[in-house]
Amino acid sequence: MSLKSNQAERIQEISGVNPYKCMKCGKCSASCPSFNEMDIKPHQFVSYVLHDDVESLVKSKSLWKCLSCFACIERCPRDVKPGKLIDAARQMVIRERGANYLSPDEIPELLDPELPQQLLVSAFRRYSR
Amino acid sequence: MQRLGVFVCHCGSNIAATVDVKKVVEMAKLEPGVVHAEDYQYMCSEAGQARIAQAIQEKGLTGIVVCSCSPRMHEATFRKCAEKAGINPYMVEIANIREHCSWIHKDMEEATKKAVILARAAIAKVNLNTPLKAGESRVTKRALVIGGGIAGIQTALDIAEAGYKVDIVEKTPSIGGRMSQLDKTFPTLDCSACILTPKMVEAAAHENITIYTYSEVEKVTGFVGDFTVDIRKKARSVNMDKCTGCGVCQEKCPSKKAPSEFNRGLNTRSAIYTPFAQAIPNVPVIDREHCIKFKTGKCGVCAKVCQAGAIDYEQKDEIITEKYGAIVVATGFDIIKLDNYDEYAYNQSPDVITSLELERIMNAAGPTKGHLERMSDHKPPKNMVFIQCVGSRCSDNRGKSYCSKICCMYTAKHAMLIRDKYPDVNITVFYIDVRTPGKNFDEFYRRAVEEYHVNYVKGQVGKVIPQPNGQLLVQGVDLLDNKQILMEADMVVLAAAIEPDPSVRKIATMLTASIDTNNFLTEAHAKLRPVESPTAGIFLSGVCQGPKDVPETVSQAGAAAVKAIGLLAKDKLLTNPCTAKPDELLCNGCSTCANVCPYGAISYEDKQVNDHGIREVRRIAQVNSALCQGCGACTVACPSGAMDLQGFSNRQIIAEVDAICR
Amino acid sequence: MSIEKNEEFRPKIVAFCCNWCSYAGADLAGSSRLSYPADVKIIRVPCSCRVNPMFILRAFEKGADGVIMCGCHPGDCHYSTGNYYARRRMTLLFSMLDYIGVENGRTRVEWVSAAEGVKFSVTMNEFVEKIRSLGENVRLGDLRCRN
Repeated sequence: MSLKSNQAERIQEISGVNPYKCMKCGKCSASCPSFNEMDIKPHQFVSYVLHDDVESLVKSKSLWKCLSCFACIERCPRDVKPGKLIDAARQMVIRERGANYLSPDEIPELLDPELPQQLLVSAFRRYSR
Repeated sequence: MQRLGVFVCHCGSNIAATVDVKKVVEMAKLEPGVVHAEDYQYMCSEAGQARIAQAIQEKGLTGIVVCSCSPRMHEATFRKCAEKAGINPYMVEIANIREHCSWIHKDMEEATKKAVILARAAIAKVNLNTPLKAGESRVTKRALVIGGGIAGIQTALDIAEAGYKVDIVEKTPSIGGRMSQLDKTFPTLDCSACILTPKMVEAAAHENITIYTYSEVEKVTGFVGDFTVDIRKKARSVNMDKCTGCGVCQEKCPSKKAPSEFNRGLNTRSAIYTPFAQAIPNVPVIDREHCIKFKTGKCGVCAKVCQAGAIDYEQKDEIITEKYGAIVVATGFDIIKLDNYDEYAYNQSPDVITSLELERIMNAAGPTKGHLERMSDHKPPKNMVFIQCVGSRCSDNRGKSYCSKICCMYTAKHAMLIRDKYPDVNITVFYIDVRTPGKNFDEFYRRAVEEYHVNYVKGQVGKVIPQPNGQLLVQGVDLLDNKQILMEADMVVLAAAIEPDPSVRKIATMLTASIDTNNFLTEAHAKLRPVESPTAGIFLSGVCQGPKDVPETVSQAGAAAVKAIGLLAKDKLLTNPCTAKPDELLCNGCSTCANVCPYGAISYEDKQVNDHGIREVRRIAQVNSALCQGCGACTVACPSGAMDLQGFSNRQIIAEVDAICR
Repeated sequence: MSIEKNEEFRPKIVAFCCNWCSYAGADLAGSSRLSYPADVKIIRVPCSCRVNPMFILRAFEKGADGVIMCGCHPGDCHYSTGNYYARRRMTLLFSMLDYIGVENGRTRVEWVSAAEGVKFSVTMNEFVEKIRSLGENVRLGDLRCRN
């Protein structure tokens, strides 16, 4: 089994994730707060990339249901970080359609000072105007 | 009349807090035979034991009762103490007033009452005790190892190194066993033959080891320390002393159609053969079923070409009788027959193979000289599918209920070796669980996935369908992705369950060693005596006891050797004196007792008896006290009440019952 | 049967325990402080197959109200097959006792391993409760044996 398509390679490149390291324990799905909202579950992201089915991943609801809480990244015992794969797939979509990024001054009042930096970065990537 | 002493222990406050020990002492004094009773803080302490010894000597006691903790705890202590003080150690009884009384009851009156009754029962019993003496039996300083695989070889080497004579009996023409069929070993991937052959040579050269190959154990009699074994040396048709092992006979033999057992039937061998090039002894065997000389009387090519004149068509089976002190069973395993697993098309396609067959295909000395190729058209495969748990973990009657333990690791090994040598081959492994407990085992399996990109799919294969174009259509499932998988493969490798070698059943019966429903030999204790059979003097080595890999087998082989050495190092064995004993006048020689005895300890003898003045010769049961373990099955089975168990006699137990119900 | 009578009646119960499993199980119940009524008195035998049906009859004759026999689990016998013999013998004996009118509940066979202290205690509690509900055993008692 090898990764042939550009898309799968691209996702790996963006995310820096080695999907072969996954041992399918399911801790990512077990940790995910939006599990019930997702059509493709976090533990499946890895096998979609491995099986070169990036199309389904890109079209999935999950891509936009992920809260970027990074619980899966934090808890993954094999350091696979499925959240990064989702993030990468999302970036790919965003880059392809050339959408605008959220500007920092557009959501100032809602900001909670306790919010993790990573969430902000992720949100900026995700939401367009 | 006995003169009994009763010693009641406080066990600090463990007993004294809930049992009124003074009251127990007082009540015990009223019992028949009791001439002395006292209590003490800790009877098991040195001071406590001194008091017991003193009382025995001063009061001339003939028996004692200690009311204390469980006999499983301190019976041996008090027996030793009594023996030192000059009375027979079997004149000691324990009343368990701690575990069975003070620790489980809260009410003092109730607990005291019970303690008195328990003491009474013990006193009633000890009144009927008789001095017993442990018997002695001699130990023959020679061990027998049944099976010449890595387990048997290692056990034999360890015993031989300790200075004892060992005989190995191997049924095939060479020692080496399953390990000699393996190509590489996990998790280090070192070559199996390279580590095994030196051991084989060492065993063959060792002055204390005698190897009987092409031989089988025919009959076993005797008991621990003194077994007598008949070994059948099957006719080799080749004189072992004359043969030089030049191999010309095998080359010239015109009958070359016999399937090679060593290569699992993947190719053929000549009728006169050694299983493999490094065979020990390097002396061929004539397979009389396939030999033209034996079938038609006309041939004799091997005899003509043999310059040593070693061929002997007239050779007969030979029976060797030898005495042994200990027997180690190391009969090993085989893989199950796959006839019942039609869904994997094993019998329909030569490209569906077992892992052991793959092992031979991968081996440089194997049928394909180590080239990975399909057995049907000898083309190299592009896509390979491995199916795990074929016949393992099946609770139906087709397979085995247990996990075969080694398959996950050898499959990872195969996948890794193939991907290393043939990077263009795609490998998919269908598994239920990947089980890799062991040092560096999980890391090994992860390497197969992460470095060699072997595709592991959680799920099973439902069907393998041979296609007209020679491909194999594999229908499986990926449970994690919830998808059914249909894929074409060039080769399918089945991780078939392993089972104890079928010969073990017969051997276990001869040894009266117990065997479980899966034909694995049973240990004396699953945790604490894992290399001993419940039958004394029989030890277990290797897969005959349960599934194991090579290092585990070698460690168990060493452990079995140590147990055997421990036995052989003794000059005499003390036997348990609580054995069955027949009343010669009551025995009518009916054989009922011998039929229920799990140890074959009972035999019959025609013996002159004097039954109230009538002298006659009767068939009478004889108990071999070295074999009898004292279970008492015979005592109850005996229809005439002739059989009784010393130390737990009918009268003693009835006395206890009476004392409790009084 | 009234509750009052239950409290008054203290049955005599004999338990035969094999040395290797059940006696050790009873020891474990003790060291785990799992209580059961003091009415149970244990007799140690090497194996459940040493229990002669005669012993059980004798116990009833001498006034026992219940007899329980405990051995290793089938397949775990220290002597490999002893408990199988015991099981058959007891099946026969119990059906005979039933035939002569001794209630089925007065006798029981239970497999208790050396690790089953809890099971031992639970079994004994149940058994004593059962015997208490059955009341005194009058069927087999030998009048000559009564004080």
